[in-house]
Amino acid sequence: MNRFEYIRPVTVSEAVAAGAAPGSTYLAAGTNLLDLMKGGVTRPVQLVDITRLPGLDRIEHLEDGGVRIGALVRNADLAHDPAFARRFPSIAEALLSGASAQLRNAATAGGNLLQRTRCAYFYDTASACNKRHPGAGCDAIGGDNRLHAILGWSEHCIATHPSDFCVPMTALDAVVEIEGPQGRRAIPLEQFHRLPGDNPERETVLDRGELITAIRLPPEAAAFAPHARYLKVRERTSYAFAVVSAAAALRFEGDVIAEARIALGSVALTPWRPRSAEATLAGARPDAAAFRHAADAALADARPSGDNAFKIELARRIVVRALTLAAAGTPARMPALPASPFAGVMTHA
Amino acid sequence: MPEIALTQAPAHVRMGSSIGQPLTRREGVLKTTGAARYAADHHPPGMAYAALAVSSIARGRVVALDVAAAKDHPGVIAVMTPANAPKLALDPDAKLHPFMFRLDVLQNDKVRYANQPIAVVVADTLEAATEGAALLAPRYETEPARVGLDGHERFAPQAVGAGRPAEESHGDVEAGLASASRRIETVYETPGQYHNAMEPHAIVAAWDGDTLTIDTPSQGMAFAQDRIAGLFGIEPTAVHIRSPFLGGGFGSKGLISGPQILGIMAARLVGRPVKLVLQRAQMYGPVGHRAPTRQTMRLGADDQGRLTALSHHVHTATSAFDDFVEPAATVSHALYASPAIRTSHEAVRIDTGTPLFMRAPGEAPGSAALESAIDEMAHASGMDPLRFRLANYADVEPISGNPFSSKALRQCYEQGAERFGWSRRPLAPRQMRDEAGMLVGWGMGTATFPAIMFEGHARAVLRRDGTGIVELGAHDMGQGAWTALAQIAADSLGLDLGRIEFRSGTSDLPDAGIAGGSAHTATAGMAIHGAGADVIARLADLATGDSRSPLFGAGNAGVIARGGRLFRRDNEAASESYADILSRAGRDVIEGHGSGRVDPAAQAAYAMHAHGAVFAEVKVDPDFGQVRVTRLVGAFAAGTIVNPHMVRSQYLGGMIWGVSFALHEQAVTDRRSGRVMNANLADYHVPVNADVPSIEAILVEERDIHVNALGIKGVGEIGVTGTAGAIANAVWHATGVRVRSFPITLDRLIEP
Ligand SMILES: Cc1cc2nc3c(=O)[nH]c(=O)nc-3n(C[C@H](O)[C@H](O)[C@H](O)COP(=O)(O)OP(=O)(O)OC[C@H]3O[C@@H](n4cnc5c(N)ncnc54)[C@H](O)[C@@H]3O)c2cc1C
Ligand code: SF4
Repeated sequence: MNRFEYIRPVTVSEAVAAGAAPGSTYLAAGTNLLDLMKGGVTRPVQLVDITRLPGLDRIEHLEDGGVRIGALVRNADLAHDPAFARRFPSIAEALLSGASAQLRNAATAGGNLLQRTRCAYFYDTASACNKRHPGAGCDAIGGDNRLHAILGWSEHCIATHPSDFCVPMTALDAVVEIEGPQGRRAIPLEQFHRLPGDNPERETVLDRGELITAIRLPPEAAAFAPHARYLKVRERTSYAFAVVSAAAALRFEGDVIAEARIALGSVALTPWRPRSAEATLAGARPDAAAFRHAADAALADARPSGDNAFKIELARRIVVRALTLAAAGTPARMPALPASPFAGVMTHA
Repeated sequence: MPEIALTQAPAHVRMGSSIGQPLTRREGVLKTTGAARYAADHHPPGMAYAALAVSSIARGRVVALDVAAAKDHPGVIAVMTPANAPKLALDPDAKLHPFMFRLDVLQNDKVRYANQPIAVVVADTLEAATEGAALLAPRYETEPARVGLDGHERFAPQAVGAGRPAEESHGDVEAGLASASRRIETVYETPGQYHNAMEPHAIVAAWDGDTLTIDTPSQGMAFAQDRIAGLFGIEPTAVHIRSPFLGGGFGSKGLISGPQILGIMAARLVGRPVKLVLQRAQMYGPVGHRAPTRQTMRLGADDQGRLTALSHHVHTATSAFDDFVEPAATVSHALYASPAIRTSHEAVRIDTGTPLFMRAPGEAPGSAALESAIDEMAHASGMDPLRFRLANYADVEPISGNPFSSKALRQCYEQGAERFGWSRRPLAPRQMRDEAGMLVGWGMGTATFPAIMFEGHARAVLRRDGTGIVELGAHDMGQGAWTALAQIAADSLGLDLGRIEFRSGTSDLPDAGIAGGSAHTATAGMAIHGAGADVIARLADLATGDSRSPLFGAGNAGVIARGGRLFRRDNEAASESYADILSRAGRDVIEGHGSGRVDPAAQAAYAMHAHGAVFAEVKVDPDFGQVRVTRLVGAFAAGTIVNPHMVRSQYLGGMIWGVSFALHEQAVTDRRSGRVMNANLADYHVPVNADVPSIEAILVEERDIHVNALGIKGVGEIGVTGTAGAIANAVWHATGVRVRSFPITLDRLIEP
């Protein structure tokens, strides 16, 4: 392996100072970063291990009804926090549908936001990739791109962001708290990741040295708890990234929808929040026609980036189903197969 | 039917005290506590680490390597390239017999497939070796890669698989098709697949002069010894291989691979023991794989649903520099009765590592296509798929006309169908839904695998204290050889398992034959059985010829060996312990030898196959096309079951690989570069536990007096066959959509 410096600061300010140095990268659980380093995809000069920073591993239920998730909270700990899972069931469901139990035990909330795309050409250093080498070209175009983006892609990059966690978090207006050399700031998660455009190498709005300290959910997010689901279609029952996923959350007033939240995963280089689709549902009755209408609006701008036209219709159907499931109500208990289309199916007749 | 001498088990050996018992794995504690040492767990003093550098192009030449940069990296000891690689005694491109495969061991600068080794870096640490390999930064002269089945010249191979003719037939297929009242012609595709054993190919090699000791996983130590001896110009007996445990092989460890040879070369180059372990991605090239196939099936049937003709044509690929042709069509000769059957193969040469034997070579993809086609023909005939199969039940082997040595397939169908509840299956597709609205489908497939034997040898010793030793260089890939073979050994000596010492897993012991073709238990088992029988015969001679023995005059055939004693067959009250016989004769030990090999006379007279029936239930999301296999029932008949516990595991494992074949496994090759883009276990999918919620294996009783004296057929690979087809058929039954391309992925099931 390449030689690199490894430091383990004990205060956030120390970490930020070190993280701002050229070639410096934060290391959380390393479930993504270490793979990338072993493959030679990234070659940091210095790793700043943030796992010992104090206070970042807490789930704080705030007085105003919101919650602050420390950047170092492990995916599994968050999903299994009873109060969190009760108030934000679709997020817990998304977390539990990701990766494997072992990975969820390690992976951190901050790392999940910043995990890189799973585009095979990005991981393969012998391929041309604009993300790795700006201007080199994109070998996914014209290659194996069955699972690539259908929304927001550019001719410079057609990759997707693969996170499950980020999808319901985006739908529920999560805010990313950041500390950097210039101080603190907070950015809505919806604006945190960047579409590829001409600069696919710029994946987020983070500036050099900026550290995610927490992700906050506003108090309103909990109002969706009775009608919030996450649905993830994948190519095996568990331990696979989404082909397409969707989060749907509804708030009812009487029997009409007062407010709808929708986000899609694995369709674009960012978690995708189709606000125009949400708008179609405000004041609507929760029926098939309304959901189909919303799904059509959500995918109105979709176009295939390769051999992946099927994902467009698939995404529409997933939006419809996620909304249908949300309308039916959040299950009292976490399904044994979280977020799976088979979540409600007995395995044995 | 001819009488075959082999059918009689030696009368003085009683089977059954150990054979047939569901013992748990004898090495289980070692494995679960981590005490079992696999090849890469060895660290001889002074050992250095080697890392492979592999090509990122599929065809061309390496024109530059930055050897200086690698050498300058701290810790790097040597960089082995074609310029300084030790000279070999035999050209690695020589092919002296069909089982000698060409190896890429730095003989020149040519690149013939992606991930081909192009250099080896040896260092004091794994990290330094790995970084050294990365620093080589190869430059290439690239030629366009030949990828996929299309657009290349096809040729008719000389042989397929392990030497079967590429074309075989009986009857007149065209006439049979012409006379049929219903015909189908369908094309099925199966993808490239990689063995992906959990344990990567690994080697720790240490030279002492011209003597070589290696720790490496091997399914065929004697073969490896010969190959290594030939390449390095030493005697096979100077090659000592230790391979007590394999973390899976699936055929990829049957023959020694190029990277393993490179580990030995590196040890020679640096004059120190060297360890070389492949990275997962490096297993997608130099250690074999299953080639993609395109299979054209033409079937005809009469009004009664009886086949009039079956034609199975396979189009597959091999490497540009060697020959292995997936024998996918041959399965069609063994299973269904038809007056005319024709199989044929053609291949193209592409820039890939040479394909090799993998998990039911031929039978796995061939059965997937055949069972799908049979299902389609049943549907075209308006018949239940089981009824259709019974209407075409073969009472003799179609290609040879020979009777089967045994065939309990009817019982497999019956017991499997009963357990599964098959009789409640609606004939038409898309009729069943579950309470959550999922489409439900039921499908079935017939499983079959030839019962073959290689040649193997064993040695048995009886000691004066009445304990025994049985030894042979057998291979345990996880299938349970340490247990099942020891059970056979105990019975062969008429001793309790606790009274024998069973030695195995090194090449210094008698060659037990290759562990492949599902033939190891039969081959090694027969060798053990023979060795034990030899000992007992000598022991019986001592006793029956000695007037002081209660067995005096009983004659060889008149004694039975059991529990450490010989008994008179006609009067069990007369008996004597082994220890007493030996001590009276003043003997410390009695040694015996045995061999296992096929009996050519039996083989000429009988068709020998294991059989089974697999029933699958799938659920399919009607909107998303996501498939889940919710129930699998397999009923298999494979002669004598040495250990029901181990055998059930083999069947379950085989069926899970069938799920994998049907729904998951697929090497995604970039059509431009010829590189496998999903060369890791996150992206190369195999089933996880949640993919197989309910799976059952029924062990159908079958006695076979012809395959060998122990009646053992193979159980290792049969589970893969039948299952993939059963699942494909169930998916069709659930959805009404016939997907003829494996794996069945959801995009193929989504109707726009
Ligand atoms: C086999 C496999 C399957 C997976 N399947 C899924 C799946 O189905 N769904 C899913 O959502 N995910 C999946 N993942 C991804 C997994 O969730 C991520 O790898 C994990 O969340 C990353 O967290 P980490 O703490 O390990 O981050 P690291 O690997 O340590 O870091 C990842 C990146 O984030 C940066 N970083 C980390 N923390 C911070 C911070 N606080 N501030 C600034 N930068 C930071 C690092 O510098 C690095 O660039 C899978 C991963 C693997 C290996
Ligand atoms: S799609 Fe994006 S990540 Fe993938 S190769 Fe192209 S530029 Fe790189």
